[in-house]
Amino acid sequence: MDREQYNQVIKAIGKRDLFAQGDEAYAYGALLAGCRFFAGYPITPATETAEVMSLLLPRVGGTHIQMEDEIASMGAVIGASLAGVKSMTVTSGPGFSLMQENIGYACMVEAPCVVVDVQRSGPSTGQPTEPSQGDIMQARWGSHGDYEIIALSPNSVQESLNLTIECFNHSERYRNPVLLMTDGEVGHMREGITIPDYGEYEVHEREKPRKPAGEYVPFLPEEGKVPRIADFGCGYHTYLTGLTHKPSGLPATDDAAVHTRLVTRLARKSPKILTSSPELKNSTWTTLRPPSSVTGSPLEQLRMRLRSCVPKVGKSAIFD
Amino acid sequence: MRTEIRIAGFGGQGVVLAGLLLGEAAIRDGKQAVQTQSYGPESRGGAARSEVLISDEKIDYPKVIEADVLVALSQEAFDKFRPFVKENGAVIIDRDLVKVKEDRLRSVPFTKMADTLGKKVVANSVMLGYLVASTRVISAESMQAVIREKVPKHTIDLNLQAFDKGIEFWRQER
Repeated sequence: MDREQYNQVIKAIGKRDLFAQGDEAYAYGALLAGCRFFAGYPITPATETAEVMSLLLPRVGGTHIQMEDEIASMGAVIGASLAGVKSMTVTSGPGFSLMQENIGYACMVEAPCVVVDVQRSGPSTGQPTEPSQGDIMQARWGSHGDYEIIALSPNSVQESLNLTIECFNHSERYRNPVLLMTDGEVGHMREGITIPDYGEYEVHEREKPRKPAGEYVPFLPEEGKVPRIADFGCGYHTYLTGLTHKPSGLPATDDAAVHTRLVTRLARKSPKILTSSPELKNSTWTTLRPPSSVTGSPLEQLRMRLRSCVPKVGKSAIFD
Repeated sequence: MRTEIRIAGFGGQGVVLAGLLLGEAAIRDGKQAVQTQSYGPESRGGAARSEVLISDEKIDYPKVIEADVLVALSQEAFDKFRPFVKENGAVIIDRDLVKVKEDRLRSVPFTKMADTLGKKVVANSVMLGYLVASTRVISAESMQAVIREKVPKHTIDLNLQAFDKGIEFWRQER
């Protein structure tokens, strides 16, 4: 994301001080983080994000596709991501359920992508216009097998924008799907927000392989635990499968050692504690000093709020 | 100071848009504002409400606790939300849509006035004019600027006329 691209995004949005909905903020955050592909299927209370993306993405050289359902949406997002474009989808409970299979696939092929879940009341189609937080367990354990996920959760419109950018950075850094677990209340709430200036926020760009085409091994990390991605079409040979695979990407479905090595790396490549930004560091315990008109005395109250649902943040004990 | 405004009626009356415009105008006045909305799955006809909080300080809780202003545009909305208004709060109703025995209410024929302008759908702008004039929680100038910015282009003049009609009604009432 260079200054010219940033200016293009601001021109598309119109101005930097806005009275905006959470749903709009997810779209703005995505564009500011460099997202240039969106595939989705409309669902209350998440539709406004898709509306904004369909309007603004073409103005910044991106692509918006309305797919036939949420299964296909997630598939399109994974494909676009591995072709080298930062990608996102947005949905709510019923769609989130449908996406689980492909979220597992994205974890296995290590496709960076962001899924915004604007939670509504369930089970099933439930109450479309009523907020809920009933998808949190599904965020952690929704797909089968041993995998790790990163899921953040905003409580204001400004934070919706900031954490969406953060989701993209984590997804590119750890080569993993990242979930933004928000809800219909925050998604439909309007507040005054300010879009950060160029250089005021971090954008993590995808790191290209250092090795030349002939020597590149798709799932062998050059350093650390996260392999670099050779985007489809860039001249490298690569291979993807949801089956247990060797570092070459080719399936090895009856070898315990290969499976253990792969799944262990997948489980350990992202940190158990996220402290990568001030937003997350500050998210554990805060002291509230409510006005004495509320409590009757100037008592301090201790409040815990997690901006990160998974993995845990700081010293919080949730999900321990 | 924190002002809590609740506008309630049914889908199609522009309840949510009115809340959005109020919040946007408050921001333009240099205040803090949060707007939330609640409606059924139907796009028209179901119960709808919009809540706007306006404050000089950061707003912690985004919903109405006890309303300073209730605007009820349907009988159902009035019956449901009348008990949750502050003792000295203002209750504003559309007199042709809400039948009540209380006499301390501000009873205005919003929809009928909009009808005389040729379109019932601008009843929400008449209401905003009356609301802004009677509560003075935001400036009329900001509201007019926001109307110009947010409503469909070919309806700007109509909406501004409707807004003025609401202000005018308040002046005559006094």
